[in-house]
Amino acid sequence: MSAKQKEHVFTKNLDHALLSVYNGYKFFIRFFVEAFRGRMEFQELVKQCYAIGYKSLVLIGLTGFITGMVFTKQSRPSLAEFGATSWLPSLVSIAIVRALAALVTALISAGKVGSSIGAELGSMRVTEQIDAMEVSAINPFKFLVVTRVLASTITIPLLMFYCTLVGLMGAFLNVYLNEGTSAVAFIEKAFEQITFLDLGTSVAKAVAYGFTIGIVGCYQGYNATKGTEGVGKAANSSVVISMFLIFIEEVIIVQVSNYFRG
Amino acid sequence: MKNDTTQEDPIISIRDVYKSFGDLHVLNGVDLDVYRGENVVVLGRSGTGKSVLIKIIVGLLQQDKGSVNVLGQEVSGLKGQELNALRRKIGFSFQNSALYDSMTVRENLEFPLVRNVANLTRAEINEQVESVLESVGLSQTINQVPSQLSGGQRKRIGIARTLILKPEIMLYDEPTAGLDPITCIEINELINEVKEKYQTTAIIITHDLTCARETGDRIAMLLDGQFLQTGTFDEVFASNEERVKSFYDYNFIQ
Repeated sequence: MSAKQKEHVFTKNLDHALLSVYNGYKFFIRFFVEAFRGRMEFQELVKQCYAIGYKSLVLIGLTGFITGMVFTKQSRPSLAEFGATSWLPSLVSIAIVRALAALVTALISAGKVGSSIGAELGSMRVTEQIDAMEVSAINPFKFLVVTRVLASTITIPLLMFYCTLVGLMGAFLNVYLNEGTSAVAFIEKAFEQITFLDLGTSVAKAVAYGFTIGIVGCYQGYNATKGTEGVGKAANSSVVISMFLIFIEEVIIVQVSNYFRG
Repeated sequence: MKNDTTQEDPIISIRDVYKSFGDLHVLNGVDLDVYRGENVVVLGRSGTGKSVLIKIIVGLLQQDKGSVNVLGQEVSGLKGQELNALRRKIGFSFQNSALYDSMTVRENLEFPLVRNVANLTRAEINEQVESVLESVGLSQTINQVPSQLSGGQRKRIGIARTLILKPEIMLYDEPTAGLDPITCIEINELINEVKEKYQTTAIIITHDLTCARETGDRIAMLLDGQFLQTGTFDEVFASNEERVKSFYDYNFIQ
């Protein structure tokens, strides 16, 4: 490929990337306009909360429990070197509440929920089901996008709390089997170091992650093209882009919360 | 089957419409008038812009140039509620039916009804759904999901879903594509029954000459982005235009 051809490809890719960012921005703004306009599709919202939240309980629970247990097990040798295994509940609870629960919930949801939204809407786009709504004088954006984004924004923070609880149970099981610590002592130690700022930051993260997973999945699916290939691409890019944005948000929110922590 | 059309003002008037997708020029100055009560068949090869034309009529696509006037309103000038008000008067039957996969037949039919007609009781909704299903002869499928239906049944349910809003205009996109000959005959009959029962005006997009002959009061032959010939089926195919004749010969040899 000649230098001129390379330059042409680069310019074309850059144009495409800038156009995607602009279209994403327009989609983001449209969400807020549509969310506050007209009648809310409550039935669909409840259905999506059930699909995103309730149907993820087993997966999030299992992952959270294993994360809590393994993190405790891996941290023990380091603390044991200083004879500080009694600090395990505090260490684990800080890690789970401040970082792990929100991140694990978000990453699992990006894979499960994001890909499912991307594929479902992508399939509806390429089979003209979205066009069929439009020609029936129904607003497909309100029915499909607003409900799914709101559902993921509402349910992912709830899943995060559930993941925290189950993660701490996993940690307790490990501590109980090794140190014989009672449940009351574990809870006392675990919550000793947790502040409202920690909880608030976790909720803010989960809300941001939930919104990101919903809006990215919807954007990719709603704008899918090129038949079945487009559906696969929409599902795949929903996961990849959501995960990328989740890590960027994690960095920003941690920086902001550390600023308030002083 | 053929009705006398009232030659008053056309209810669909297309003037000098152009549409391109990048370098691909699909419509190159299309003109067409459709009068109340008639079925106009737009006939042409695949990829000649037939579906694009009816998507412009219903506002799913915008023309690059020209005017599309439906029921006295310029479609490209309509937005939001005005466009929705016009769309309620237009039924659009998609080539692949476009039924909502996750819903049963009943839910597919209720979906546009409850969102467009206010204050319906449960009994009224049920009555309208059952009535429109009966008119397409598929009452028994009411609790089935689209994946359990045959291609012909899906087409019929797709048509029923548009009829539930009692449209004045029907737009059929390839109604017989991908169906066996017997089902094609049934769909052609259904299109004519819909015209009689619901007093609709229709544009039927097809490349199927039998469908064109059986359902069309008038045929408009679209080739190379322009209407080459318009008239009754016999008039169009009595034409000496070489491209029209070759389309006719090819289809009947097939």
